[in-house]
Amino acid sequence: MLDLGKYADAILWSWGLTLLLLVGLTLMSLRASRKAKADLMAAEERRKNG
Amino acid sequence: MSQMKTNGTQTRSFGQRMNALWEYANPVKFMALSGKVLPWVIALCALTLIPGLIWGFFFTPEAANFGNSVKIIYVHVPSATMAINIWVMMLITSLIWLIRRHHVSALAAKAAALIGMTMTLIALITGAVWGQPMWGTYWAWDPRLTSFLILFLFYLGYMALWAAIENPDTAADLTSVLCVVGSVFALLSRYAVNFWNQGLHQGASLSMDKEEHVSNVYWQPLVLAIIGFGLLFVTLLLIRTRTEVRRRRLHALMARERMMDA
Repeated sequence: MLDLGKYADAILWSWGLTLLLLVGLTLMSLRASRKAKADLMAAEERRKNG
Repeated sequence: MSQMKTNGTQTRSFGQRMNALWEYANPVKFMALSGKVLPWVIALCALTLIPGLIWGFFFTPEAANFGNSVKIIYVHVPSATMAINIWVMMLITSLIWLIRRHHVSALAAKAAALIGMTMTLIALITGAVWGQPMWGTYWAWDPRLTSFLILFLFYLGYMALWAAIENPDTAADLTSVLCVVGSVFALLSRYAVNFWNQGLHQGASLSMDKEEHVSNVYWQPLVLAIIGFGLLFVTLLLIRTRTEVRRRRLHALMARERMMDA
């Protein structure tokens, strides 16, 4: 196990929050992308079928 | 003569090449190209970001002056670098929108804003968390810290303005102007330490000045992490811009449906 010494709290908080925010942003972007794609396909389908 | 003609048709002028570049501002061409490029960018991002962060966290030694807190630079410096550069990218795409009226450029600026805001937030939080043990305080009204906070507020304002205006072209116009104004603070965030030789924040970690420059053992993983963060930005930007292009098309189709129903 890596010994981070007296700065362990500061390091773990910094890295933890960074990874949380980046993973959250990525998941949010992917979810929005999937939703926009599905909504657009449905609208295109409706347009084709008149 | 015929040779000259052949060369004339084969060698495109700079102007023609620039015009060919503008073709990618066409949403259909942008979607086709970005769809092909995206898997490669994701792969490159994974190949740089993951090793860069693992190297920085697990395989760098304790620093004589900062102890193990030096490990925070692998998330703080790349996020701060991206926070400024993303605003510069938004400035360029906003200017393209204002001058040439290419919708994809306005949508790319819109797509970049949340990524830039997240990077600024990470830089502010990690800086504060590092500042407490090093400077004895989470926050000081230091020129760089203050200009970063203002940059964060500009990101929030930029996104709020997009959300508040219904007409997308008007929203793109107003947010582009806001982006130009906010660029002053993006520049200040970068050069505040040089402009005002005061405050707690030290100079650039990646500097040509040997006295300021961090040693190679920290510098190499840091460069890899910065490249990784840059590629993560490109990945998210492509995904989010593609989403915005689709939403715009959906908006047009829905408007058409409403007109037909009426």
